[in-house]
Amino acid sequence: MNIQRFARAVMAGTVFAFVLAGCSSVNLDEQKPAPITDASSGGQSTGAGTDPRAVAPVDAQSARGVDPFNDPNSPLYKKSVFFDFDSFVVKSEFQPVVEAHGKYLASTKNRRIVIEGNTDERGGREYNLALGQKRAEAVKQRLMLLGATDAQIETVSFGKEKPRAMGSNEEAWAQNRRADIVYK
Amino acid sequence: MTETTIDRPSAARRSVCAALVSLPAVSLAQLRVEITGVGSQQFPIAIAPFARDGQVPVEIESVVRADLARSGLFRIVDAGATPIAENAAVSLPDWKARGADALAIGSVTRLADGRFDVRYRLLDTIRQGQLDGLSYVSPASDLRLTAHRIADRIYEKLTGERGVFATRIAYVVQTSRNSWELHIADADGANPQSALRSREPIISPSWSPDGSRLAYVSFETGKPVVYVHTVATGARKAVANFRGSNSAPAWSPDGKTLAVTLTREGNSQVFLMNADGGNVRRLTTSSGIDTEPSFSPDGQSIYFTSDRGGGPQVYRMPANGGGAQRVTFNGDYNISPRLSPDGKLLAYVGRRGGQFKVHVLDLASGQETPVTDTVRDESPSFAPNGRMMLYATEVNGRGILASASVDGRVRTRLSGPSGDIREPTWGPFIK
Repeated sequence: MNIQRFARAVMAGTVFAFVLAGCSSVNLDEQKPAPITDASSGGQSTGAGTDPRAVAPVDAQSARGVDPFNDPNSPLYKKSVFFDFDSFVVKSEFQPVVEAHGKYLASTKNRRIVIEGNTDERGGREYNLALGQKRAEAVKQRLMLLGATDAQIETVSFGKEKPRAMGSNEEAWAQNRRADIVYK
Repeated sequence: MTETTIDRPSAARRSVCAALVSLPAVSLAQLRVEITGVGSQQFPIAIAPFARDGQVPVEIESVVRADLARSGLFRIVDAGATPIAENAAVSLPDWKARGADALAIGSVTRLADGRFDVRYRLLDTIRQGQLDGLSYVSPASDLRLTAHRIADRIYEKLTGERGVFATRIAYVVQTSRNSWELHIADADGANPQSALRSREPIISPSWSPDGSRLAYVSFETGKPVVYVHTVATGARKAVANFRGSNSAPAWSPDGKTLAVTLTREGNSQVFLMNADGGNVRRLTTSSGIDTEPSFSPDGQSIYFTSDRGGGPQVYRMPANGGGAQRVTFNGDYNISPRLSPDGKLLAYVGRRGGQFKVHVLDLASGQETPVTDTVRDESPSFAPNGRMMLYATEVNGRGILASASVDGRVRTRLSGPSGDIREPTWGPFIK
């Protein structure tokens, strides 16, 4: 008998004893099937918190209690990239925004985002929809250069249909020429 | 509605009976019509007040006059206030002397079953004869349609072309920051009915060639998705809901194929699909934006907007794939192409000196004409007879609809009392 089979036999005995103990105080009609513990895979248990050697990883940059997306001090707080008129070039001043989210996505592969492109009110609705898409796509390409994957990012466009700022002036237009990173 | 041809007074012949599809009646504010400009070769016609027997909810002659005037081809001669019944004896030389080359007279009679018998005659004051005579029996709800049909008859008798006054238009109205409606109305903007309400934007409605369905883009799920919506039943289906954005639906002339813009492979590109959403295949292959596809009337070509040369311009390519040729060369921004029903004219929005205007390009001669007096035009579409255009524009910060004759000489504004109106599209002839 090798060590694994020995361990399995000991565990099975433990479970059997537990079931017997349970029988003494639980109505049989209400008794649920006993949990089966499989000790064959390196000693890990499906029971909660039974492994004294468990290590819970903690990332100091995402300490519990503070959502980095809502923390003004976090590099992930800013989620918008603004563009010049008729342009889809990601300007250098937005490199910190792109870098923060790109690195975060690269290190957190289970997170998914949607990048929503927007335009100002000038010009046709469908062409602006395509221009907003191009802006979202430009941000996506930058994030992928930093290690984010295609599967993590969907790009969509609202064109000029959902302006953040109302008004027909440069200040409003500048607010609306924008791509937003939205975490899902 | 029953339509009967009147050959001569009291001798009626039964001819056509058309069943009409109507939506549940919804009371909506009517659009206000304002006509500007003067056509060059206008036909002078008098439309006398119709004789009325009982309460009649629609003033037939007013609708007929407004229709004919809006076309730009007619000058309405004052006919006075005295009604002239359909079977009245009329002195045609007197009307010729008043400047009318044609005279329309008619009667409206309320029948015992509550319907109305509308009888009309079109008389030629020069050759002193009858050009047309017709009787329509219709419920009160169809009286405006009856008036539009009379205007269509007059238009056809005097111009030789089909009238478009009994056709319908679709457009989108934004009633508040978070409220959009897709409306269907008579071609003059009257009788609007809501086909769809949403708390997210709706854009790019497009009529199926038989007028039974609308394809459009709705953002109701949080992103642009293309739907096909059967107008009479309200049944709708998302036909293009791929990863990314789905937009710009356009029907092939046979109604079997939709061209759409998808971004599932990166930037906006034109794809073809069956009208039910099946058999999706990519049509354009550029590294930039290709969007706003529009079939030529023969179905052989697709016109679209592309920024492959820098700014957006209109291109044409075979509908079954192949190389694209640039079509617009004036200015650095030309978008939203639409072909006239005969395929000879191309309408689009061109930006010239910061102003967005509907232009019409004669494809044979290359002659380009701006046809509007406004500066924020969008979404041109042709009437099914090719004589008029409908487009969206903005006046005093509010979206309105406008129509124009294709030569730009006569323009009409349709403005509602509330809401931003946009994205108009003129429907096909209805049988």
